[in-house]
Amino acid sequence: MTDADRQVDSQVDSQVDSQVNSQVNSRRAAGRRARGRRLIALIPALWLVVFFLVPFLIVLRISLSQTVIAQPPYLPLLDLSAGWQGLRDFVAGLSFDSYRLLASDGLYATFYLRSLAIAALSTLLLLLIGYPLAYGIARVPRRLQPVLVMAVFLPFLTAFLIRIYAWINILQREGLLNDALMALGLVRQPLVWLSTDTAIIIGIVYSYLPFMVLPLYASLEKMDETLLEAAADLGCPRWKAFWLVTAPLSTPGVAAGALLCFIPIAGEYVIPDLLGGSGAQMIGQTLWTEFFQNKDWPVASAVAVALLVALLAPILIYQHLQARALEGR
Amino acid sequence: MAASDTGSKIQGARPSFAPWADPAARPLLRLDAVSKRFGEVIAVDRLSLDIYEREFFALLGPSGCGKTTLLRMLAGFEQPSEGRILLDGQDIAGVPPHRRPLNMMFQNYALFPHLTVEGNIAFGLQQEALSKSEIATRVREMLALVKLEGFGARRPHQLSGGQCQRVALARALAKRPRVFLLDEPLAALDRKLREDTRFELMELQHKLGLTFVVVTHDQEEAMAVADRIGVMNRGQLAQVATPSEIYEQPNSRWVADFIGDVNLIEGRVVSCGLGQIVIECMAGGRLLVAHPADVALGTAVGVALRPEKVQIEAQRPLATDENCFAGRVAEVGYLGGLSIYRVKLDNGAEMKATAANRTRLIERPIGWDDRVWLSWPAEAGLVLTR
Repeated sequence: MTDADRQVDSQVDSQVDSQVNSQVNSRRAAGRRARGRRLIALIPALWLVVFFLVPFLIVLRISLSQTVIAQPPYLPLLDLSAGWQGLRDFVAGLSFDSYRLLASDGLYATFYLRSLAIAALSTLLLLLIGYPLAYGIARVPRRLQPVLVMAVFLPFLTAFLIRIYAWINILQREGLLNDALMALGLVRQPLVWLSTDTAIIIGIVYSYLPFMVLPLYASLEKMDETLLEAAADLGCPRWKAFWLVTAPLSTPGVAAGALLCFIPIAGEYVIPDLLGGSGAQMIGQTLWTEFFQNKDWPVASAVAVALLVALLAPILIYQHLQARALEGR
Repeated sequence: MAASDTGSKIQGARPSFAPWADPAARPLLRLDAVSKRFGEVIAVDRLSLDIYEREFFALLGPSGCGKTTLLRMLAGFEQPSEGRILLDGQDIAGVPPHRRPLNMMFQNYALFPHLTVEGNIAFGLQQEALSKSEIATRVREMLALVKLEGFGARRPHQLSGGQCQRVALARALAKRPRVFLLDEPLAALDRKLREDTRFELMELQHKLGLTFVVVTHDQEEAMAVADRIGVMNRGQLAQVATPSEIYEQPNSRWVADFIGDVNLIEGRVVSCGLGQIVIECMAGGRLLVAHPADVALGTAVGVALRPEKVQIEAQRPLATDENCFAGRVAEVGYLGGLSIYRVKLDNGAEMKATAANRTRLIERPIGWDDRVWLSWPAEAGLVLTR
């Protein structure tokens, strides 16, 4: 073997080496990347634990306690210094009394049902108003769309409470709504709007509209226009294509919007408190009353836990739909 | 598919099929001075065209030439600004897309993502007054036709690109269209699949006896599948002819240049007669070209010469005096089966010549900077006056 040959050989060797090295390196880098990805997934998990799971466990634990006049206003308390015995005493002290009360007193059930009914009706109205709005925004020339989306969110630049107070002004006996109706000659006597369920629903629909419009717009905006052309080409008139193509393809948006509205509406406190009557309550108000008027933390906590369980069903349905939509992509 | 079928088709066969040459034949689809303007832009400019029953017609042109607009007017998605579109002699200008007996296959296929393969194919049939069992039968036939049996329950996202393309085919064909419109049908497929699918398209068209109008920017595709090609440029048809006519007898410099590779030599007619004319090249030298008609002396003409018709040799050929030019190889493009030589001629002009690589690479006699001679018979060139 000549020198030149040897040189070539060693060059080849070093090339092979560097290739192997780079492969090892890239595998290591891939490992690092995978670990990095897992670390990133930890962030939302940590967030959920700190801001949802821990507070929820605290509420759950209070809901299983008994009310007492003390600080804090419930028993049992966990005495860690007593060791095992303390833990055993704590567990023995827990009870389902608050839940039994919720189940036995029909008033709570009424408030739950009322809340769910108002939330369902409001969500339906939001969908009826929000869908055409989102559809319209998604159909205007592309450069105008961000402006219109911004316009939907514009009221949010004003404080929430001020907007609700403004509605009191509009809905009261001598308010703008009655003035307008009478000026148009539609009614002769001023109508009672304030302190009715209608007022609650008007306030809710007004406040939650952006949360309905945005997910609907997002799903309608990314829809491929040629699908509608394909439908027309296959003999389907435009109005029918809406029901056969547009509507089914926007169901993820409908589901997202509906849940994004339904869940917080069911627990809504401020709007019914300001616009609604004093007699009929939503569950958010019940919760407030139990906490701050009756100082019954365990029952208030039980009300909250029961509401969460009631809302879990739609969340699970939504999850299922989401998973199916992801699969469809 | 029987190999003989495709073989005969590639050679531009179905020799008996030439309704466009028969003055008694009535066109199935007639475009009569159709124009389409978008504001100031003229997408289609007074275009007239006849397409016959059972024809496979390709609209070929560079992007932006108006071919897709033309197809969309046929489908009914665009209305012509002027002119008439006649189907079986009936003006269909005002008929909305969902009432036209034409069906289209979209470039991106436009499959409904929320429906299964069966649902997609049945979609068009459900718009007609057909019974459930009829629809089911037709869907099954279509799945068999495009060889997708067993895929009926899948969703589009579970299919490969080629399978999606077949579903799109089946969905449109299920409607038994009078004219089947295909917008860049093979553009989204990779090369190998594209070639196989070409033959399948031709076979389908043959088997179903339908009229196909395909829009494409891929000339190989148009050449391979079509009975006739309409070459479009700036909203007008530059030439409508069979693939071999388009290639061998382009009617203008533009078509010659657009289709395939060509040497365009500009010159002036200096003598003519006996079916041949002599042309004085701009760059210097004289060409002898076979041309049946007389051309006035002094006329500026272009001579189109396909690179594969140019002989390239390392020695001066003994036999030829005419149409022989010496030069130096400026570039060699090795394409596997062929090599393309770019030759700088002594008169300063550049020409391309291709040669089949019949021998192994090592034995190839001509390389960069070699002195070579290019020659061609008088019949190889084509005189273009436009």
